[in-house]
Amino acid sequence: MNTTVATPQSETGAFFAILRRDLYVTWSELPIFLAQVILQPLFVLFVFGKLLGSLGYTRSVYASLLFPGMLALTVIITSMQTLAFPLVVEFGWTKEIEDRLLAPLRLGLVAAEKIVFAALRGVIAAALMIPVGILVLGSIPWRWSALPLFLGVLILAALLGAGLGLVLGTLVPPNQINAVLSLVFTPLLFTGCSQYPWPSLARLHWFQIITAGNPITYASEGLRAALVPSVPHIRPWISLTILVAALALLIAIGIGGFYRRAVD
Amino acid sequence: MNRSVVEVRDLVKRYPRSPVNAVDAISFSVEHGEVFGLLGPNGAGKTTTVGVLTTRIRPTSGSAVVAGVDVLRQPTLACGRLGVVPQRSNLDRSLSIRNNLIFHAAYHGIPASERGARADVLLEQFGLRERAKTKPDFISGGQSQRIMIARALMHEPHVLFLDEPTTGLDPAARLFVWDRLRELRQRRVTIVLTTHDMHEAAQLADRAAIMDHGKLLAIDTPQALVRSLPGAATLELAAEILDGGSADEVFAALRGLPGVEAVERVQAQPQTNGRLSPVLADPEQAGSETTHALRVRLYVSGDAPMLVAPAASTFAEHRLAITDVKLGNPTLEDVFIHLTGRTLR
Ligand SMILES: Nc1ncnc2c1ncn2[C@@H]1O[C@H](COP(=O)(O)OP(=O)(O)OP(=O)(O)O)[C@@H](O)[C@H]1O
Ligand SMILES: [Mg+2]
Repeated sequence: MNTTVATPQSETGAFFAILRRDLYVTWSELPIFLAQVILQPLFVLFVFGKLLGSLGYTRSVYASLLFPGMLALTVIITSMQTLAFPLVVEFGWTKEIEDRLLAPLRLGLVAAEKIVFAALRGVIAAALMIPVGILVLGSIPWRWSALPLFLGVLILAALLGAGLGLVLGTLVPPNQINAVLSLVFTPLLFTGCSQYPWPSLARLHWFQIITAGNPITYASEGLRAALVPSVPHIRPWISLTILVAALALLIAIGIGGFYRRAVD
Repeated sequence: MNRSVVEVRDLVKRYPRSPVNAVDAISFSVEHGEVFGLLGPNGAGKTTTVGVLTTRIRPTSGSAVVAGVDVLRQPTLACGRLGVVPQRSNLDRSLSIRNNLIFHAAYHGIPASERGARADVLLEQFGLRERAKTKPDFISGGQSQRIMIARALMHEPHVLFLDEPTTGLDPAARLFVWDRLRELRQRRVTIVLTTHDMHEAAQLADRAAIMDHGKLLAIDTPQALVRSLPGAATLELAAEILDGGSADEVFAALRGLPGVEAVERVQAQPQTNGRLSPVLADPEQAGSETTHALRVRLYVSGDAPMLVAPAASTFAEHRLAITDVKLGNPTLEDVFIHLTGRTLR
């Protein structure tokens, strides 16, 4: 046989090559990425954190509980957006993903790369939020002693957003993705306790129950526990546990959906 | 020694919610260095077959081995050994043409130091050097086809699968792709290509399988497929009927010639019998035929040229003067029509 078999390529190598491709594309479209990440939280922080406060409609403590909430929301939404819409387009129309599906690595690892990359963009978005917060609010709540909790919740939130994106991107039919994304987006945005602490909802019990079903709630509350512990919040271990459980569920569903889309 | 590079056994694919099998128990094998043509009309199951062989489609039953790897059991390993050029462009639109090639090589573990040089050689070969920095969105269909072939070759696959590589290309671009494929053939790269163009299969394939409704109707060299066709060679004669000549008598006499299977008068609508042939009479000419002119076609098994002389003397005997002679060789198209009773397009 002529077949001089090339040294069997490690799947790790292919994994990182695909990750490098995504990072390269992000880098070459950096201004778009930055605008996409910064714009929304910038306006929310300015209007609700700064403007309403200086007009006397909110108390100054509101800005400091809004900031961790917006951080959680931005991380999750960024990761989700990074994954969901492009995935639908790649699977449904452009088929661009095929060259990566045909790379010598398991399909599950192609999906895993998507999750890692999306989470990475979420974490970068969080890092950008810190200077934005300082710029808009003048100062942000910060506790070095809570850094491990802060990072733990942040990374879980980033992965959770990615998992959500994977589920939406693989389970929603391509022709419905626009409708579904806008239907999912708004409720997700406003029931995730980003703009209010969860325990304060005790007076509005039905809404408190709804918000408990949104995983973003636990990311917001987890970051609040780290940065502004004086504000009443869900206990960190509860938040962390629910985040991990939600993450596991979303990834299991998402990878299943990925296989179904990838192989006919 | 078993030199089969592709080995397909009883492959069946039925898509969910479909009442019929898209691929219906097909078996074939492709030898090392061979160009194998999978030929069939729209919906025959060509893309589905290629999809299974390239790990993109899970078959309902049957087995497929590519480059020594069972594609069902070890798809990851198989992916490293095969190259795919799909029917529709799937180029990475976020990357330039050159980066499409470079990243493809990276996915396949080609060392970073070799990727650039390889990409440049292939871009040059495929006439894409000037377009290297362009994004796929600004590329014509013919160019993206070439890019995808170049990309598939970046990791030097053992087998190259091409799904309708020239559909939609203009004649020049098609010839260009054919030339590249012939070069690959000379380098003994095993190639499986699908097409609905019989001419393309005859030009490129060492062996061809004719596929319809998910089934393989025949597999052989294009020459053998054509030879197997009874009465497919044609001899077409036009003549002027001189005084005292009789068309009917000539007909009878021609039928009696050895090797002649059928004789027919070529009409203004020459395709009524379902046969397509390059020697069909020009309709205008046929329409203007007077009773003094005659155009007949003989269907011949064996060598049509050998019949020219006997036919000419038959005409002379019956006082007809020959004005035109055309030989028609059967094509794969005729084989297809013979097997399916339908034309391709
Ligand atoms: N994803 C799918 N789901 C359901 N049915 C499918 C799917 N893909 C193909 N089919 C059906 O399977 C049959 C074979 O299709 P296939 O694409 O393999 O044909 P083809 O020979 O490649 O045709 P073409 O020349 O048009 O490319 C067709 O009847 C088609 O409608
Ligand atoms: Mg096809």
